[in-house]
Amino acid sequence: MNVIHRLTLTTALAAAIASASTVGHAAPKEGGTLVIGSTSTPRHFNGAIQSGIATAVPSTQIFASPLRYDDQWNPHPYLAKSWEVSKDGLTVTLHLVENAKFHDETPVTSEDVKFSIETIKKNHPFKTMLQPVTSVETPDAHTVVIHFDHPHPAFLLAMSPALMPILPEHVYGQGDIKTNPANLKPVGSGPFEFDTYKQGEYIKLKKFDDFFIKGKPHLDNIVIQIIGDENNLMLSTERGDIDMVPFLSAVRDIERLKKDDNLVVTDAGYDAIGPINWLAFNTRKQPLDKVEVRQAIAYAVDRDFIVKKLLGGFAPEATGPIVPESPFYSGDVDKFAVDIDKANQMLDDAGLKKGSDGSRFSLTVDYIPGDPEQQRNIAEYLRSQLRRVGITVNVRSAPDFPTWAQRISSYDFDMTMDNVYNWGDPIIGVDRTYISSNIRPNVIWSNTQQYSNPKVDELLEKAATETDPEKRAELYKEFQKIVVGDVPIYFLNETPMYTVYKKGLKNAPTSIWGAASPLDDVYWDDGSN
Amino acid sequence: MRHAYPIAIRLVQSLALLVCVVVLNFLLIQLAPGDTVSVIVGEMGGASPETIAALKAEYGLDQSIPAQLGIYLGKVLTGDLGYSHYFNRPVLGLILERLPATILLVVTSLILAFVVGTALGIFSARRPKGILSHFVTVFSLAGFSAPVFWTGLMMLIVFASLIPLFPVSGMADVARPGQGLGYVLDVLHHLVLPAVTLGMIYVASYSRLSRTSMLDVLSADYIRTARAKGLPERRVVYKHALRNALLPVVTMVGMEFGQLFAGAVLVETVFNWPGLGRLAYESILRRDYPTLLAILLFSAMLVMVANILTDLAYRLIDPRIRGRGR
Repeated sequence: MNVIHRLTLTTALAAAIASASTVGHAAPKEGGTLVIGSTSTPRHFNGAIQSGIATAVPSTQIFASPLRYDDQWNPHPYLAKSWEVSKDGLTVTLHLVENAKFHDETPVTSEDVKFSIETIKKNHPFKTMLQPVTSVETPDAHTVVIHFDHPHPAFLLAMSPALMPILPEHVYGQGDIKTNPANLKPVGSGPFEFDTYKQGEYIKLKKFDDFFIKGKPHLDNIVIQIIGDENNLMLSTERGDIDMVPFLSAVRDIERLKKDDNLVVTDAGYDAIGPINWLAFNTRKQPLDKVEVRQAIAYAVDRDFIVKKLLGGFAPEATGPIVPESPFYSGDVDKFAVDIDKANQMLDDAGLKKGSDGSRFSLTVDYIPGDPEQQRNIAEYLRSQLRRVGITVNVRSAPDFPTWAQRISSYDFDMTMDNVYNWGDPIIGVDRTYISSNIRPNVIWSNTQQYSNPKVDELLEKAATETDPEKRAELYKEFQKIVVGDVPIYFLNETPMYTVYKKGLKNAPTSIWGAASPLDDVYWDDGSN
Repeated sequence: MRHAYPIAIRLVQSLALLVCVVVLNFLLIQLAPGDTVSVIVGEMGGASPETIAALKAEYGLDQSIPAQLGIYLGKVLTGDLGYSHYFNRPVLGLILERLPATILLVVTSLILAFVVGTALGIFSARRPKGILSHFVTVFSLAGFSAPVFWTGLMMLIVFASLIPLFPVSGMADVARPGQGLGYVLDVLHHLVLPAVTLGMIYVASYSRLSRTSMLDVLSADYIRTARAKGLPERRVVYKHALRNALLPVVTMVGMEFGQLFAGAVLVETVFNWPGLGRLAYESILRRDYPTLLAILLFSAMLVMVANILTDLAYRLIDPRIRGRGR
């Protein structure tokens, strides 16, 4: 096997590097409880079969994974002390640490890794993540060889804690994994073990004394308190009942908590989550099937106003389908700087003249309920803004998420506000929105724009098997230019993602997965709380 | 056993009503677009059509609505409340975990409202033109008109944020849970604001009702007789008048029991109280129909039980009804 990438760091060294990225020099203090506030109730804690933040935050504490990532997209050893990718890209070999144990004291072996990869491939909602895996071999207890039917550059990222929890086969291997009782009483090999779960109230995790990275974790307990009502969560945070709120995206709340002297409010981390807020078009519906009409709308919308005024400057601008924090981002795209005259001219040229009432045609715009700042308010803004180019916009509200999802995925819409995540690698979170083979009715967050461009399909398929990162970036660069120009979607902003925590807390999560990664470095400055 | 026959009739009527409630709830819920699979997929950040189809088949959501109704009715009649697809757990367990919190909240507010409401009503009835009486009238009007979630938020801002006397959220301190008596006190401390908020509307209506009914009774002939006999005023009011004046209030308590549950949905959401109300609200958003239906069924049953108990209480308080029951 030709080795092109080999890392032989010991786990101890790796851990030191991982913590060195943010720590000062003082030795971490041991003990204390961290109370994390969350608005969502997880279905369960098994991240191998359930994606999403509500599950990922506890799951990444309970389960370890082969690799972990810092805040610069660099992989670090975790359960795998080293790994090799073959030159043809068809094989990845993992060398596991030998001292890792599950919380029930059984050792972590290559069989567990094989079982987990197969389980995730079969059950995880992100099908493209492990689709190319053909077989997994276990030559010995601490070596895993994974074979692919074509090179799969997203695989290293897919071994992140948020995406590849390693499950003990002897616990999860029996019966239907979806109904396995251990999903609610999880057993993993991560820094914290499961203690109690009061449904809809809190999840309590406690320090795992035999965690395979010596000296970690520092905290004694992590409690994730579920507070469904956002006002209540904010009050609790201001009072100091909650120590940390990750994944905070409401601008009003961020502004409010920034004024609090006892709290740190930061947008560090979360680069791999990559949420983009955008305006999507139904490209098969007249007159939006004409590219000039969509481009005219893009010229009419003032992205700068949305980002600076409506979102208070807390949300970075999004210029294309890949977030700026991604290594595959390209800014070489049409920015559609606001130009009302040009928009009017383009619509005139397209034969859509203004009627006697000043209106050319009317469109509806939908939005996802529950996030007024990024969704409803922008939809309302579009109504007044597009009137300036003679388009009458009717804002259509939906009482809840399923109602909206039903409309959009059955193509019963003209335009809609939407919010979609990159999930680290374009293969996982980007391709699905643009590739024409993913135009699938009744599947939300598929290619619901029904956008189809053979050139885009070709570029994405090539990029999905290109192992050279630079060549891959070139392909994505061209893809971004075409998609932005075709305007199946007009990209508005990145969803702000902030972490709020008390001042005494050290090493708050800043990795590319934010708080959906192990909190084994976190400690309290005064040793307790 | 003279109570037995009318009660048996009530029970049969109640059972028939329950079946209607189940069928109606089931059909109403089908009117909402989307299902639990679309919510699950939404929270997962998207899924393939294969996953979606597999989930729908697994949960029986690919079958026709009459077929789903048939299956559901069959299960409910055999005492199986179904299975929450969202949580992959039997619904009964979910509900039983949440029930104590709701009962604690609802019963506390009910007792609070009943005691405070009637006391205020009686005091103001004794001096209907006094300052206290006017105060009670204004207070009742305000308490009755204010939406319960607004009252809740105001309570939070005033008594948990500006003057941090009470906790904001939940039923107990989750980070540092107390033991034994400490835990009980912690729960009571957490209970104050939600119970007062929920009790508020009912204090208003009970005080108005008991005031009116007390005024009514106090002008009755037998009260004049009692006073003429030279009985002390305290005895006239609390022994002779109160018993009769309470009748309409008891009716009201029974009738409003169901509404109290509805109020609990809002109060539990605002105060993050881990009860059935919040579970119901969240189940709607999750399209977790089995859980929602079971909660509706449960509250329908509780309302019926409350009504039967009211009937019984009536028979005990009012001898005239006892006679008619035969």
